[in-house]
Amino acid sequence: MRFLFKTAYEQDIRLFRDRVAAMWYGLLAVAVLLLPALLSGYYVGEITWVFIYGICGVSLMVLVGYTGLLSLGHAAFLGIGAYAHAYFLQHGVPWVASVALATLITTACGTVVGLPALRMTGIYLAIATLAFAVIIQEVFTRWESVTNGFAGMPVEKPVIFGVHFNDNASFYYLCAAILALTLLATRNLLRSPTGRAWIAIRDSEIAAQSMGVNLAVYKSIAFAYSAALMGLAGALFAHKIAYLAPDIFTILLSIQLLLLVIVGGLGSLHGAVFGAIFVALLPPIIAILRDSIPAALADVARATGIGLIDGVGRAMGDFLKKPGVEAGIFGLILVLVIVLEPLGMHGRWIKIRLFFSTFPLYKRHTFKRQKSYMKSERLR
Amino acid sequence: MTFFEADHLAINFGGIRAVDDVSFAVNKGEVFTIIGPNGAGKTTIFNLVSRIYEPTAGRLVFEDRDITRVPPHRIAALGIARTFQNIELFEHASLLENLLLARHAHKRSGFFGELLFLPYVRQMEVKHREAAERVIDFLDLQQYRDALIVNLPYGVRKVTELGRALCTAPKLLLLDEPSSGLTVEETEDMAFWIEDIKNLLGITVLMVEHDMKLVSAVSDRVLALNYGRPIAIGTPQEIQSHPEVVRAYLGG
Repeated sequence: MRFLFKTAYEQDIRLFRDRVAAMWYGLLAVAVLLLPALLSGYYVGEITWVFIYGICGVSLMVLVGYTGLLSLGHAAFLGIGAYAHAYFLQHGVPWVASVALATLITTACGTVVGLPALRMTGIYLAIATLAFAVIIQEVFTRWESVTNGFAGMPVEKPVIFGVHFNDNASFYYLCAAILALTLLATRNLLRSPTGRAWIAIRDSEIAAQSMGVNLAVYKSIAFAYSAALMGLAGALFAHKIAYLAPDIFTILLSIQLLLLVIVGGLGSLHGAVFGAIFVALLPPIIAILRDSIPAALADVARATGIGLIDGVGRAMGDFLKKPGVEAGIFGLILVLVIVLEPLGMHGRWIKIRLFFSTFPLYKRHTFKRQKSYMKSERLR
Repeated sequence: MTFFEADHLAINFGGIRAVDDVSFAVNKGEVFTIIGPNGAGKTTIFNLVSRIYEPTAGRLVFEDRDITRVPPHRIAALGIARTFQNIELFEHASLLENLLLARHAHKRSGFFGELLFLPYVRQMEVKHREAAERVIDFLDLQQYRDALIVNLPYGVRKVTELGRALCTAPKLLLLDEPSSGLTVEETEDMAFWIEDIKNLLGITVLMVEHDMKLVSAVSDRVLALNYGRPIAIGTPQEIQSHPEVVRAYLGG
């Protein structure tokens, strides 16, 4: 177990807790840099989704996890960002300017949608944002002069200052870099007064107000910033998906994004990334299992001579091929997470870390005991 | 110069007149306590002063300035801080973060400066931390510094709320039942801290309190309310033997 002796206020403000933490993040960065060299193009492409969903996750984490405002309409911001970017690219706007414009437009939309949030909370706000998402989806369908309606809109590969991002690996690095910048900027906000004001609004509006937080201003900032990140993610999303159609940005996608932050763990940036890994990598993992389970079990059946195993393997493969199974597994995992680990993957991660840092003294019931002890202390 | 004055303050909730024509003045450097039976309108007066409620009539004056129409989030910057009867801490943040949030009224950094965490933002953060650490030292909260509020016992939360109010560097501190839910020892500690706040930090205290022992130990002057109306004002001894006050509490 390590103890941290703090000798300066600066130490509380630093990005990384100490050298060891910085080293781990450094190792992670190196691993991210090396991955494309080790994996095939297909997997590099799938991991790129982690970065794009990661930006979406940070966006929703700011709004839901830190400010405590629920949104069921974030797919709409993603769509606005994607369509705006694709539209500007088609009209010859350079990549950086196009992304900036797309982000600005989503920011403006976010600010407007955030206005009702100044009066509504909880489920009412969720319904208001849901209505917004439905309207925006309809706009994507009908505004054919811009979005090309159901005929769809092709998006070319990004070209930034003459550099072409044609293959999976280069686009992977682009997305990784943008996610890293997003995380850094959000972390900066969270260690400044603005981030603390968001947390204050989440936990007690009345106290936040009495401490000098202008609720209207900081809720609007949260909505605008969240929408801006969503627009940025939308631009990358457009490139990744290569062909935009209105039925991509459905309510289901909004719910999936919300699921991302809940599974990841509300109230932590780690959670946003963990959730992105889960949402982005679950479909390819199911696809791999679908193909490999029957084959693997068939081998076992041949080796042992028990035909039943082969049958089970084929049944599992068939089951995983059925439409809707993926959504079902998503739902099942969501339910299990909420029942078993309300703090999400981030909460689980903290426990694993504690296990190693206190080894061999960790007790499984540490958290439960602490909680019941606190309840015994005439707490409400 | 008037330090703080409530002038013919009144508020109606529907047909109920919760506070009815209450006037009092708090002098700089004193501990002024409002007492009264349940439902007398004590907390309502606090909510009026911190501008959460709109008064139906009357005026609030702080340092010769009319604050009757100041929005609630500006009150902290003027130098008025408050605690809440039913603790309103930011539960899923650490104690230190709770205190730092109280520095919000002293925030001078802009959004984009914070986004890039420019050197001046870093300097401001160090300053905020210095202020918060001074309060932690003052209230002996060092051992709970990095604990989440949800994991802290009730007594410590109560002190944390006091600390959070102090962190705004107030001139006038509003304490809403500082001793409610505390044990006898914790209440005695609270009395010492209130005296220290008055004597060492020179902060004026306006307090709502039920525990007469605490009231007589720390108060310079006491205002007794009943059904939203003031019935007596004076030193703790005068109030305790005032026939109207005795009748309000004991009936008859």
